[in-house]
Amino acid sequence: MIRSSIFLCCSLVSSLLFAQDLPPYNPVTAERLLNPEESNWLMYRGSYDSHGFSNLDQINTDNVDGLVPIWSFSTGLREGHQAPPIVNDGYMYVTTPQNHILAINARTGDLIWRYVRYLPDDLQQFHPTNRGVALYGDRVYMATVDSFLVSLDALTGELIWEVAVEDYYNGYYMTMAPLIADGKVMVGVSGGELGIRGFIAAYDVMTGEEAWKTYTIPAPGEPGSESWPGDTWQTGGVPVWLTGSYDPELNLAYWGTGNGGPWMGDTRPGDNLYSSSVIALDVTTGELKNHHQYHWNDSWDWDEVSAPILIDFERDGRSINGMVHAGRNGYLWYLEREADAINFVDANPYVYQDVFTSIDPVTGRPEYDMTKKPGTGYEASFCPSLWGGKDWPPAAFDPESRLMFIPANDNVCSTMVGEEIQYSPGRSYMGRGTSENGGFFVRPGTNHIGELQAWNVDTGERAWTTTFESQNWGPVLATAGDLVFMGGTNDRYFRAFDSRTGEILWKQRTNSGITGVPVTYTLDGKQYVAVQSGWGVDAQREQNLLNMAKGESHYVPQGGVIWVFALPD
Amino acid sequence: MVVVTTRKGRVAKPISRRTVFKMGLATGIAVPMSALGQSPNRLRPQPGDQLVFEEGPNQDALVRPELLELEKRPLSALARDPETQVLRDGSRLNRIMIMRIDPELMSARYQANVAEGVIAYSAVCTHTGCDVTNWDEGQLRMACPCHESQFDIYDGAKVVGGPAPRPLAMLPLEVVDGIVLVAAGFRGRVGFTQQF
Repeated sequence: MIRSSIFLCCSLVSSLLFAQDLPPYNPVTAERLLNPEESNWLMYRGSYDSHGFSNLDQINTDNVDGLVPIWSFSTGLREGHQAPPIVNDGYMYVTTPQNHILAINARTGDLIWRYVRYLPDDLQQFHPTNRGVALYGDRVYMATVDSFLVSLDALTGELIWEVAVEDYYNGYYMTMAPLIADGKVMVGVSGGELGIRGFIAAYDVMTGEEAWKTYTIPAPGEPGSESWPGDTWQTGGVPVWLTGSYDPELNLAYWGTGNGGPWMGDTRPGDNLYSSSVIALDVTTGELKNHHQYHWNDSWDWDEVSAPILIDFERDGRSINGMVHAGRNGYLWYLEREADAINFVDANPYVYQDVFTSIDPVTGRPEYDMTKKPGTGYEASFCPSLWGGKDWPPAAFDPESRLMFIPANDNVCSTMVGEEIQYSPGRSYMGRGTSENGGFFVRPGTNHIGELQAWNVDTGERAWTTTFESQNWGPVLATAGDLVFMGGTNDRYFRAFDSRTGEILWKQRTNSGITGVPVTYTLDGKQYVAVQSGWGVDAQREQNLLNMAKGESHYVPQGGVIWVFALPD
Repeated sequence: MVVVTTRKGRVAKPISRRTVFKMGLATGIAVPMSALGQSPNRLRPQPGDQLVFEEGPNQDALVRPELLELEKRPLSALARDPETQVLRDGSRLNRIMIMRIDPELMSARYQANVAEGVIAYSAVCTHTGCDVTNWDEGQLRMACPCHESQFDIYDGAKVVGGPAPRPLAMLPLEVVDGIVLVAAGFRGRVGFTQQF
């Protein structure tokens, strides 16, 4: 054992104190992950297809206005609380910034144990957050910001093993919830601003032994390597920082990839495969089976790291085994997934986008207005902003209504200019110069930024849009109660929407802004909704820039709290 | 952090280097810092250290006041032991940014840290530890590219924007024989603080 939970003694005491309230731990099996029961929320998006949807309907459009808080729990930490509360038969696991894990009795809100990670003093955290645990057997897994994968006992919090995925000192870090399938726990690495070479790695779920490691940038001689000149492939970024979707029939995991580095595309002329793409990896071998690049030679910091949602949709009378991705580049992408190919179906903008001039109808390759493409010494403005039409907050899909719900941002744009930069291990490797007002502006004549959009995936038509003056950083939960839950705005509200109309049916003001992934589950047959409130990271950064652009000083308090809601008995 | 394994061999109790040092004092056993992994290149800048440019037209040269232009973009530098020539590059926390200012405009509280118009701040942001490499020449502010924290160079790197909770640590300087030297250790804690 390299390290153990520093709260080991307290964990044991707490377990004894609350053991009477807790049922025996129900081990998470491969079968349960394949067919997760609706009473629990066992993984980042609830299911391998990343729908973010629950069949629960006790809380519905008729009664949601009666929703009340049941308990809350202060995490004692600041910054971005983005993780979903993962729930397994009365046990709730929540991660926080700084890589704490809180194991909580979901019925009472009592702490069972807490894992606290001592982070190195010389660590730099570009994104001080974590997006949740993965469960398997009687264990809990977390990827850490100092680039370790840890496996803990779900009942006690005791550290069973940890493996160094990479060296944080060289710019590698992790914020995603791991993906577990085929007896492996898979993680990707962040660091697209720090000169990393991105990869996804898989480890034996029991022993931690590395099973495979697949780079997102091909080495010289490998397919796609011709898209990187010289040695740029070694420090070209292309991180993977969100959990992939998994198709068990194809045994393929679909991962979104991030920006190339440095930010300016002219520093690495070429398409830069597999940046800003979806890649399909064989879960057993790690082999990269196929890919689709959303846009080539990124110069806008448009990571396309959100995993595509696996949705079978209709097009022109044909049923397509598909996947849908609301791109940071502002386009809504429909793709077909096959064992040996990812086929382009169609793509259209869902927010104002002024960079693409056309999309090839066969390949999906965009052409650019090159005046909108910043470069080294060339300043350009473009829309949407570097945070895109949708950044990391996950969209959701309701298979009954056929609607996909996108937490979008419209009408904000960026100005960027590149400057020459030298690589130095672990140091900032963006190469972005200084632009007026932080290089961020609101389109004149517009009256809102945040949106919740609903799209019919079969018709490709937008069903409705609800707008917010504030930016929107709210992950989305959809339920069979014809409801969508989302926070994300700078007024600290958590809201329930009628999924058929977009009407706001209920809202609760919370301690901070909500960038946490909402979940729903049942205990003893009663439905609950849980979410973390805790503003920070890029939501806060955008607020700073909006304040600058608008001459305002809007303040969003920080500090994390887990909120649990239900209908009164 | 040093790990002491108990006789039971189950629970590792983390203790600090400082505690080990105190243990050494209490028992009369000398505990050299090198034995604790603190090699000279990892030590924070020490009084008497020279400064060396890490970037710019004078990269690798000793820092002299005349090599810096007034109120221009700060440049990264590292301390170097003048006797052993060891560059203190063994820790991110040793990174500093140096610049030339008008000493008359510096807040009185920090005047003593200025040497012929040259000042040095830690390059490590107090928010989450990123390198503070951006520069707003219009407002004379150092800025962090990660989360937009901004620091007033004329007021001890006071936070004037963004989420940083504390000013950047300042490194007092002096000039001897035309060469900028470190006058004392960092004033203020370097880097971010674990919250819990």
